[in-house]
Amino acid sequence: MAPLLELELDQKTFPAAGEAPARRVLANIHLTLEPGARVALLGPSGGGKTTLLNLVAGLDADYAGRLTTAEPCRIGYVFQEARLLAWRSVRDNLRLVAGAGAEDAVERLIVEVGLQDAARTYASRLSLGMARRAAIARALVIEPELLVLDEPFVSLDPATAMRLRLLLLDALDRRRTAMLFVTHELGEAVMLAERIIVLAGEPGRLQGSFAVALGPAERRDPERVDAERRALLPRVTAAMGESAAIRSRTAC
Amino acid sequence: MAGVIRGPTRLSEGRPAAATAATRVWLPPALLPTVLSFAAILLLWVVAAGIAQNPRLMPGPGLVMERLAEGWASGDLQHHLMATLARVAAAFLLAMSIGTAIGILMGRSLLADRLGQPWLLLFLNMPALVVIILAYIWIGLVEAAAIFAVAINKIPNVAVTVREGAKALDPDLAQMARVFRLGRGTVLRHVVLPQLYPYIAAAARSGLALVWKIVLVVELLGRSSGIGFKLGLFFQFFDVASILAYALAFIAIVQLIEWGILQPLDRAANRWRR
Repeated sequence: MAPLLELELDQKTFPAAGEAPARRVLANIHLTLEPGARVALLGPSGGGKTTLLNLVAGLDADYAGRLTTAEPCRIGYVFQEARLLAWRSVRDNLRLVAGAGAEDAVERLIVEVGLQDAARTYASRLSLGMARRAAIARALVIEPELLVLDEPFVSLDPATAMRLRLLLLDALDRRRTAMLFVTHELGEAVMLAERIIVLAGEPGRLQGSFAVALGPAERRDPERVDAERRALLPRVTAAMGESAAIRSRTAC
Repeated sequence: MAGVIRGPTRLSEGRPAAATAATRVWLPPALLPTVLSFAAILLLWVVAAGIAQNPRLMPGPGLVMERLAEGWASGDLQHHLMATLARVAAAFLLAMSIGTAIGILMGRSLLADRLGQPWLLLFLNMPALVVIILAYIWIGLVEAAAIFAVAINKIPNVAVTVREGAKALDPDLAQMARVFRLGRGTVLRHVVLPQLYPYIAAAARSGLALVWKIVLVVELLGRSSGIGFKLGLFFQFFDVASILAYALAFIAIVQLIEWGILQPLDRAANRWRR
């Protein structure tokens, strides 16, 4: 099968700004996403994960390399901060991206993420957890070929984060949408992805690729997820290399 | 607005007269200073007219109200009020839309900003009177020249204010719009304009005040209708009472627009804020 998306990146450099010199953030990355593939991109904070995501999403064209996408390749992007239009209701936020004639899809997704009581609420009045749900619904309502998520569950309390992970898992199981998911938590990556790739180093390179052999039911079982996480931990840690900060973060 | 405020009575159970009296006359305490201040203006006027003892030069409120009633009864006041309001509306809408467009362009594009800066400097510092005279000379003593002259005076202010807003547009939302492939019209209407709203509202507020003052000058110099034209006539007859009557009528109308149109619009546009 032809890949949905293929990125052959020679290098990505941030130009010098003020006192800071130019910095090469990413180098020699070859990333291929098959249709329906679920991939987690794991790496330390500030390691270029979001930069790589923006390259994949076509938001940043300033790099040396080549990006090939299948047609169609609609991308639903869930940003770290929800980036909703604060002055529009949840429903209108979905309608705007879904376009005309998608009323049914909008209503279905509002129900799917459990926001039916907040459909008419201004996005400015949503709690963090509700805003993230709305952002996930907005990304799914366009029926994307690829769902891109940038640490969408950080700074949520553990219970809410777990509810949202399950919600995302359910939503993915109902669709044949590929997913590229950025996180710095191995447990989260294990639960949601079939393949974990590690981005680390200076400049960032792909340091390893690990298959997660869990069935749909096992992903919803915290003990199975934790066992798999512990099994993967030494190899992932080794791939991440010398950074002690990374090790402590992925270990907890 | 607030209606009857019952809070203070409950708060000041032990306190006598003042608070209870205020609630009894159904006046929100917040409005009391405003009302008192209006009363002071009226009082000052009556006293000044009493001292002057010359109704021709310093007519009292009674005489001015009489002129107002006469103007209304003859239909003259309404006719000229409407003429002026129509010009204000046309010039205001023209200035707001062109000024907003220029402001967005200059705020988004560094090149446009640099190209536009000298023009802004020129027109910001150009006296309104010069624009009006030149417009009448070059275009002629016609309606289009009048409205054009007023709009030209206002456009740079709108552009400068909106440009600040356009510079502060959220790049995160622009990225979101790009990745979800929102159309240009959708982006303008749902992403850009709501962010610019506070700046546009500020420009509109100061704009209305400026525009209607300049419209009167335009009418005085080259139109045969409108409040400005009438004020010119009254000036020739030294009819101070009529000057005050027409001016007051116009002030009242402008305030009604503020209360009846601008403030409700503002509330509607700001409803989403926490």
